[in-house]
Amino acid sequence: MDYSKIIPDGISSLKPSGIRKFFDIVSTMKDTVSLTIGEPDFVTPWHIRVAGIESLERGRTYYTSNSGVADLRAAIAEYLERRFSLRYDPAREIVVTVGGSEAIDITMRALVAPGDEVIIPQPSFVCYEPLCRMCGGVPVIIETKEKDRFRLTADALRAAITPRTKLLVLPFPNNPTGAVMKREDLEAIADVLRGTDIMVLSDEIYAELTYGEDHVSAASVEGMRERTVLASGFSKAFAMTGWRLGYIAAPAEIAPQLLKIHQYAIMCAPTTSQFAAIEAMRNGDADVAEMRAEYNRRRRFLVGGLQTMGIECDMPEGTFYVFPNISGFGMGSDEFCERLLREKRVAIVPGTAFGPSGEGYARISYAYSVDHISVALDRIEDFIKDKR
Amino acid sequence: MMRNGKNADELLSILENNSKLTPEALARMTGTDREDVEKKLKEYENEGVILGYKTMIDWDKTDREYVSALIELKITPQEGKGYEHVAEKICKYPEVESLYLMSGSFDLAVLIEGKTMREVAFFAAEKLATIDGVVSMSTHFVLRKYKDKGIEFGSVPTDERGNMN
Repeated sequence: MDYSKIIPDGISSLKPSGIRKFFDIVSTMKDTVSLTIGEPDFVTPWHIRVAGIESLERGRTYYTSNSGVADLRAAIAEYLERRFSLRYDPAREIVVTVGGSEAIDITMRALVAPGDEVIIPQPSFVCYEPLCRMCGGVPVIIETKEKDRFRLTADALRAAITPRTKLLVLPFPNNPTGAVMKREDLEAIADVLRGTDIMVLSDEIYAELTYGEDHVSAASVEGMRERTVLASGFSKAFAMTGWRLGYIAAPAEIAPQLLKIHQYAIMCAPTTSQFAAIEAMRNGDADVAEMRAEYNRRRRFLVGGLQTMGIECDMPEGTFYVFPNISGFGMGSDEFCERLLREKRVAIVPGTAFGPSGEGYARISYAYSVDHISVALDRIEDFIKDKR
Repeated sequence: MMRNGKNADELLSILENNSKLTPEALARMTGTDREDVEKKLKEYENEGVILGYKTMIDWDKTDREYVSALIELKITPQEGKGYEHVAEKICKYPEVESLYLMSGSFDLAVLIEGKTMREVAFFAAEKLATIDGVVSMSTHFVLRKYKDKGIEFGSVPTDERGNMN
């Protein structure tokens, strides 16, 4: 068989995730202190796990409705209103998905036709560009800048729009930069989009992890709800990554189109996870607050440590990442991270894993204990001391 | 006690879970400076809000022999002194780990630790039962400790997280 002819170019030319590549190196090395992982180090709160266990004990091992258990959709709608002043009809406007990842995938597939342009701010999570390409879409990258605190500006957006623009991805709070969009930032974006047919995919998976003001959802800004597909999930806020559960909230004209893809590709999200998630939505706010407070301490601890050793680092306002500028050490991001790993056994992710604009930066996760972060900081300080 | 405000409460809740943190680390975590943290810690210590800094040890993982017990005591309260007099007396014994005044079918719960069962039994019979006002006593030996002060005993958790998203 000639496998080279079997796989379409669009798939064979896709590169595996750059984060993954680095992780594979890390996993072969001993005594490594890793600050690479992008998931909570907390275990899912016990009462949420119990809800999952009980659903199994009661024999709830069936498929649910395609869009998800009605109680869960209702609980999500209540939650979105309670936390972000959003109103969605649980019967027609919410689809429960397999993680935020599926939410992003089906949104791209429902909206992007071959030749459509998709505006993607970078640095950002690795999935948008490949998923867009798989739909035949054309990624149009906007490089966000450190001087703008890695926010998307209205000017940059305006300059990127063409008659073929179909979709804008809004990945905020942002992995890897930790950037958040304030209400006024989003209003400026809405001003640019008003009167157009451009849709927005707002990936708000880190919405619960902001440390200054509360998160403002893109869909809550005037003129945005009608064009926004809100993608979110349970992984980051409720420490439920392994449950693989997310959701989309979108206008009634859009959600049923996404649901068709979900229906044929997935059938329904895992039932056990859905029952656990009902508990998370109804009784999880205090857990989220507690985890957020702990992340906040670690954020201050990590950023303070980096600043003390003279590494430029803005205090990021969301997620559990910091994205320091490491361009002053006479090497590129990849080299910096590889040498840090080989010489001092500390793993962080090169900024380039999140797009070429990540050059000069690195992502450091603080989903780790303070003791763990502290050891890594000592080693980083040791690494940079003779490299300026 | 609360007059130091939100920041101070935060300090306590951090320290309650990890007393090993240095004033520098605490300052960074709470967004203040080291002098401020040291001053607050001193205040807490002086006011008796912070009573000590101890370490959680799973002695079962060492070769140290020990046994612990929960002893229930019924007390006749003394006129004008209530339970305080008896409680103060019991507190003085270094063998006593914890002492609580309880509601319900008995009055004082005494958690004690000793080298051997014999030692604990002897202490209960000779030292506690003989205190004026103690009416009855019931001793329960601890067979196994699963969780103490919020910390679970057993295997050390390893980081099994697999992805880097």
